This record gives sequence, C-alpha cells and structure tokens, in this order.
Amino acid sequence: MADVLTVAGLKAYYQTNYFGVKREVRAVDDISITVRADEVYGIAGESSSGKTTLIKTFAGAIHPPLRIVGGSMRYRFGGSEIDPYAVSAEELNRLRWKHVSYIMQGSMSVLNPVRRIHRSFADFAFSHMELSKPRFWQAVEEHLERLSLSPDVLRGYPHELSGGMRQRVTIALATVCRPGFIIADEPTTALDVVVQKDVLALLDDIRRSLGSSVVFVTHDMSVHANMADRIGIMYAGRIVEEGPTRALFTEPKHPYTAHLVASLPRIGDAARKPALSGRPPALSDPPGGCRFHPRCPLAIDKCRTEVPPLETVGADHRSACWRSAEVEPPSPAVARGAAQGAPA
Amino acid sequence: MSAILEVAHVSKRFHMGGILSRRYVEAVTDASFAIEEGQPEVFTIVGESGSGKTTLARMMLGLEIPSAGEIRLSGRSMADRRGRAARIEFMRHAQPVFQNPFEAFNPLKRVDRYLEASARVLLGASGREAVDAAMDEALHKVGLSLAEVRGRYAHELSGGQLQRVAIARALIPNPEVLVADEPVSMVDASLRMSIVNLLRDLRDTLNVTVIYITHDLATAYYISDRIIIMQQGYIVEMGPAQAVLESPEHPYARLLKESVLPVDDPGAVRVQAPDRSLALAAAEHSGSGALVDRGGGRSVRMLAG
Repeated sequence: MADVLTVAGLKAYYQTNYFGVKREVRAVDDISITVRADEVYGIAGESSSGKTTLIKTFAGAIHPPLRIVGGSMRYRFGGSEIDPYAVSAEELNRLRWKHVSYIMQGSMSVLNPVRRIHRSFADFAFSHMELSKPRFWQAVEEHLERLSLSPDVLRGYPHELSGGMRQRVTIALATVCRPGFIIADEPTTALDVVVQKDVLALLDDIRRSLGSSVVFVTHDMSVHANMADRIGIMYAGRIVEEGPTRALFTEPKHPYTAHLVASLPRIGDAARKPALSGRPPALSDPPGGCRFHPRCPLAIDKCRTEVPPLETVGADHRSACWRSAEVEPPSPAVARGAAQGAPA
Repeated sequence: MSAILEVAHVSKRFHMGGILSRRYVEAVTDASFAIEEGQPEVFTIVGESGSGKTTLARMMLGLEIPSAGEIRLSGRSMADRRGRAARIEFMRHAQPVFQNPFEAFNPLKRVDRYLEASARVLLGASGREAVDAAMDEALHKVGLSLAEVRGRYAHELSGGQLQRVAIARALIPNPEVLVADEPVSMVDASLRMSIVNLLRDLRDTLNVTVIYITHDLATAYYISDRIIIMQQGYIVEMGPAQAVLESPEHPYARLLKESVLPVDDPGAVRVQAPDRSLALAAAEHSGSGALVDRGGGRSVRMLAG
C-alpha cells in the first residue's frame, strides 16, 4: 500500500531565550512513522505527551517558539511529493484543506460565534475549492446531505446547535474539499456516549467514501479499539509502541501500552484494575534513558541510562522497550470469566 | 435504620426569558431515593448532558433550591438551613468534588490555603499544629502528604494529583457524603484509574458514601453499588449497578449501554450510529409513566396501566 505521509526522525522543540535564559521543551523527539493510504492511524497519548505538537507539524502549523530541529516529512498525493517545510507559503496554503484538513477538539472555538455557519464555510473552503459561487454552495449542500445534515444548519449560528451537531458541522467543514489526509484531534472527547458514537460513525462513513487517510488522536483507548487500523502510543515526546490495533490490545510489547489496555474498565468486569504511580514527566526536563522508567514495573538499570530503540517485535509491530519480550499480555477473557463466576 | 440523605419527590424548574416570553425548563422531575446510614456505597447518577444529573447533584449540595419536594440530610431538611452557622454545619456532612481541578482551584492561590481554610472553618481546628495535622491526615487518605503539597500552586501539580488534593480537601471535615461530579473526565488516562480506585477505597476504608455523577458507563460499572439512569429530568431506571448495566430494561438505558464502545474485539468492528427511536419514544411518555418495581431492588419507568 502506498504511503501518504512519511515522517523520519522528526524533532520539534519549543525553544525560548528570555533574558539570556535558554529553555528547550522537546515535545516531539525523534519520531518516525508512516501513514498509509486509506487507513486510520490512531495516536494515543496523555496531555503533555507531545501529541498535539506532532499533529501541528503534520498540519504545517509551526510557529516560534516551536521549531523543527531535525528530521524530514513528506506527503505524497497522486504521484507528487510535497515537503511542507520546503515549499513556499502559497503552496503550503494549497496543500491545506485541499489535501490535508484538520478536525479540532473545541468545535465552539472553530466556528466563528458571531457569524452564521455558512460564513465559516465560505471563509475556510471557498478559496480552496476553485469553484464559482453557485457551484460552491451546491457542492456544500450536497456534502451536508451526504452527512445527513440539513442545509438549514448553514443559516444558523454556532450557539444554536448542540455540541454533537456542532462537531458534525466541523467534520463537514473539514471534509468538504474531499481531502486525502484528515487530522482529527480528540473530536469526541467532550461529547456524551450516545453522541460520541454518532460522530464516530459519521467520521468513519465519510472517510470510507472519500478513501482518505485519517490520523486520529485521542487518549481514549476504547475509541482507538473501534476506529484505528494501526495505533502509535506516545509517551513523553516519543512513540513507544506502534502496531496493528488488534496486536496492540492482545499482545502489547511495552509496559505503558500494557497498562493502558489492562486499566480499561469494561461492563461485566468489576475486578480491581491496576493504577500507575507517578505522573507523566515534564518535557522540559525528561528523565534519562527510557522516559517511562520512573513509573515502569519492569525497569532495570539499563532503562535508566540507555534509550531503547523502536524495534520490530512482530508483524508490522514495533516497540521501544529493553524488556519487550517480558511484557505480560492482558487477559480480558480470563478477567471476564472471573467476573461472571463471581456472585452478583 | 434511618437515611443519611433522603431525596423526596424533588423537582427543579428553571425559568428563562423575561416577563413576556417566559419559558420553563424542567431540569429534574419528581426524583426520589434515599441513602441509608451505616451502608456506605458508591451511588452513581448517569445520563447525557441535559439529563438533569448535575442539577440533582447541586441540589444535594444545597447549591440549588428545589422547586418542589424536599432533600433531608441526617433527617434535617435542607430548606431549614439559613445563615452561616447552619450552612457550615451542613458542609461538614456533605462535600463536593468538581469536574476540572484546574478550574476549581484559583491559579494564583497556593492549594494548601484551601486545605487550611477547610480545616479551620469546617473542622474547627485552631493553632498551627492542629491545622497541619488535619491537612496531613486528609492528604494521606488520598496518597499524598503535606510535604508534597505545601506551598504549591495548581499548575505545579498534575491533573491527577490536583484532583487528589481536591478530594483531600473535601475529606477534611470527615463528611458522610461526597458528591463527585465527573471527577475523572479531565484526568489523564494513566492517572484516571488511581482516582477511580481512590473513590472505591474511600467507601471501603473510610465509610464515605460517594455520589458519583458521570456519563461513562464502564467506570460506573466498575465502582458503583447502586445506579440511577436519568433521561430529560426523569429517573428512568434505578437499581443495583451491575444488574442494571448488564441487562438494562428501559429503552434509554439500553441505548446508553449500546453506545458504550466495545473493547473486546479491537480493530474488527465498525462503528454504527446508535438507534435513538425507542429511547425518544419512551421519553415522550415519561411524564405519564411511573417507576415500577421490577424486583431485585430495581425499578423502571413504565407507562401506567
């Protein structure tokens, strides 16, 4: 399968220099991933794991103090290669929306609160569609119909819609130009369970009909289990494990992934779940060696001093852990059986 | 056996608009339940936004006054609580934990000042040593210590730690009831289970009843003893949490359960939009229905007759 995005050794740091005091926050530290055509690549990570910085670099939205310090990034759309950091601002602008679009978390802050929604469509998408005004509005209405949204929403203001409806409108807005690459940053985090499922089903439908690749960022592993084809787990600015969704859930090869999977609460299983001690490290002063070692149950001396490389541990499956062979797989089947056997 | 907290036919109606275009919103309609003394439990209220769960919680904390019905804490009606002394006396028994710890604490104020104020006002501790001892004891209950927290500002602690401090503060007056409104939705994934486990431990070791408000059915199943499910202000199903969540009977409760994303077959399922029609149809008749006892401590809202 063709790769749509190839990232190699990417380093993006926030560098500040105030009054001679230099600070460096290594938010994205040596990340190499590829996103293939027509797949959903899930990125899981907590706050301050660098996941938002990573997708900012994908979207070509780098502004000081954030700087790209090293590595390369390449998009490939229909045979032409684009390096978003080597092209002019105009070409980058053409890349955005037409090829790469971005669904953001706070749908309220994406849509201008004092303008009707059709204005947002005109502002964002009109210049990228290269259509005449009537053709453009026709395309927008057809697109909304495909998403089962009434064209009437265009005449409303953002505050008149419910949260789930607004999120659907932002998805419509991000996909109206039929982009080949969609970045979704926690699109369902603030939504209720029922609405969340609605929005996920919509996103899944639209990406299947467009054949787009999606980078889906969320910390909720149950969303990844249902959406992603492959998942990359981020911890403190690095990818610690990457693999097909099923392999990651059934045979994780990194202790952090194993914890995330084991601590997922399930209906039908009230057995006590483990909790991790400690807290995610500050990226301005990360621990040496493997960044997970202060919280890791398997840590040995080597983990404190040497950075584990991201190595192949299975089919399409990579892990950055010195003891990846010893990570115990979670056993949901056993836990489920135990819960059913217990008296109610 | 008497009830610590008794909610009897409570309704809350908000009015919106002015004199000419007055509209009413029924946030909670005829809610009744009781939490018995000597039986600490995790009592969960679930429902989507707009279902009235937060309004119900705020009424239990005395932050909203019910439009109808009565809430009694240890036999005393909430309506009798007038004046500062009565209010403080009430707060010794029921304490809140809010959703976002970063919004609950003033960023310009050291977090230990909140603990100190709670110790002085609610516990009545006086003198440096007594106050410090009360703060340290409460922090130890949540797995922290005064040495870690003293002099810190909110931004210097992680979300999980700060939520622990918020729980420690609530525990200072040794309350019987803790009302926690979405306490883990803003906390990171690797820290979330530690907070959820902590709520479980509070019930088991400190005999605190936790009213847990959430829309996350999976954690609700994990920690709750009893559950009520709310839809548009009505309690539509209540009963033992595990039985209700394993086989919900009301259409809305079923819809909620079906909307929980399955994790048992990762990477193989396709998300389907949930079917709301049955739940919406049931909602139209909530007003003419009544809670019917279905045995095993469970009751479900059904049409009369």
